[in-house]
Amino acid sequence: MHSLKETLAKYIFLLVACVSILAVALICIFLFANGIPAMAEIGLGDFLLGTTWRPSNDLYGIFPMILGSIYVTAGAIILGVPIGILTAMYMSFFASKRVLKFMQPAVELLAGIPSVVYGFFGLVVIVPLVDQLPRSNGSCILTASILLGIMILPTIITVSKSSLDAVPESYYEGSLALGATHERSAFSIMFPAAKSGVLAGVILGIGRAIGETMAVIMVAGNQPRIPDSILKGVRTLTANIVIEMGYAADLHREALIATAVVLFVFVLIINVSFSLLKRRNTL
Amino acid sequence: MKALAKKPSRLFAKIGAGLSRLLRILRDQRTTSRLQRYLVRFAAFLTCAVLLFLVGYILVMGIPNLSPDLFAWEYTSENVSLMPALINTILMILLALLVSLPLGIGAAIYLTEYTGRGNKLVSLIRITAETLSGIPSIVYGLFGMLFFVTALKLKLSLISGALTLSIMVLPTILRTTEEAILAVPESYREGSFGLGAGRLRTVWKIVLPSALPGIFAGVILAMGRIVGESAALIYTAGTVAKVPDSLFSSTRTLAVHMYALSSEGLYIDQTYATAVVLLLIVVGINALSSKLARRITKG
Repeated sequence: MHSLKETLAKYIFLLVACVSILAVALICIFLFANGIPAMAEIGLGDFLLGTTWRPSNDLYGIFPMILGSIYVTAGAIILGVPIGILTAMYMSFFASKRVLKFMQPAVELLAGIPSVVYGFFGLVVIVPLVDQLPRSNGSCILTASILLGIMILPTIITVSKSSLDAVPESYYEGSLALGATHERSAFSIMFPAAKSGVLAGVILGIGRAIGETMAVIMVAGNQPRIPDSILKGVRTLTANIVIEMGYAADLHREALIATAVVLFVFVLIINVSFSLLKRRNTL
Repeated sequence: MKALAKKPSRLFAKIGAGLSRLLRILRDQRTTSRLQRYLVRFAAFLTCAVLLFLVGYILVMGIPNLSPDLFAWEYTSENVSLMPALINTILMILLALLVSLPLGIGAAIYLTEYTGRGNKLVSLIRITAETLSGIPSIVYGLFGMLFFVTALKLKLSLISGALTLSIMVLPTILRTTEEAILAVPESYREGSFGLGAGRLRTVWKIVLPSALPGIFAGVILAMGRIVGESAALIYTAGTVAKVPDSLFSSTRTLAVHMYALSSEGLYIDQTYATAVVLLLIVVGINALSSKLARRITKG
């Protein structure tokens, strides 16, 4: 009787543990089953590389949206990564305990603010600012990049900081003993030693930026065409789904699900490279 | 002519000398160090300034607009009340956690107490959990729409939204619970086994209670994600601004409510006020979690 209960419990826990496998399998099946037929019908080349998205004419080319996601993410990385890494350096090596006591919760709060709030802030503060620039209407790649750059800061800071903190203290001491200053030890010894962890943080940030939806919709302009400057509006893959899913039907709807498949594949690639990096880090 | 030709060359020589001096200064460790120090300070200042400005701006613009109308029981297009959305948010948190807590904790128990490392199934579970934590919320939203709303015929409803979110926060709860359980000293288990308790009893009476604060921290983290979520909910729970009659009626949470208000563009003042309420909830959740974290590290 006693051992029956134990075995039963073990199998129940096992079953429960398999839920995440089941969830990933279901997500893949449902997305692919609904998205791939549409890709086949439109033609993979026309779908991925087509430059016109006009569902009313049955033209489903998501190339502008793929570019849009890449541009906006790249912009966020250019703005967010240097500031994020330097902030992590500050928190790891320069900040006093008192400052840290303020900054730690600040970074956590930055991570906790809902994306709608970020989006609204972008809409009422950053859009009018960018609007001042010549030949710009405010909602554009630059605005979205600035906003996303802010949004990925906490991810980059937390991951970089934990890998910077994990570098053995003896490296620092050795560097000091060789006559290097505190700053030089931090930048030339500790930072390179934590490089792969910092890179993992950057990759995680890319994943965040490319998957972000609501905040981008509110500030990016959402025109489905290939932009010719960073002051032009773009539509990202995520925005394309949310904006049109509400009224889409038939092939249009399936094309949107296929858009999610493309996004999903992007994110999977990013995730795999992240976990590869992390594995190398722990070895 | 000669003088003219001489002049630019002298100018170049001056520039060259200046450049090499600059290089020498830069090569000097002390100067570089000072520059680096300023650089990190500037970056840290920028990060804090952005946060303070964002929070300050929302509070300053929003608090004056917090009128009693906003907290009326019924939503109408005149009062734009956020009360139904607030109640829906709480319902959504409770329901999603009701599903994902047992799943996450159970999975964590299996991974830590019942298997060793190197098991193929265990690594598959870990990989899938990691994959889940990286999937963007809009993909969850579409999956929820295809699976819960359409395939299981749950329609746009509270329950569809909650089930979608419960998958979304599952990896968070799984990971934090696992960490909390791993932090329970081995001697506790040995003591329990030594007294003749079985594995199940040890887990239930010894391991879980000691891991409780850590698990609770994970729950709070998950709550934060649910409160802030909007993309995953629009096509699963819908956007009806009413307290639901049943699990199967459509609802909007506070974040979705705020998105709806801001995209309608008619209620900017009320949007600010809604943002204040959302921010306050998030700040509260964060304060709670850091308080817990402090207690865990102390204990």
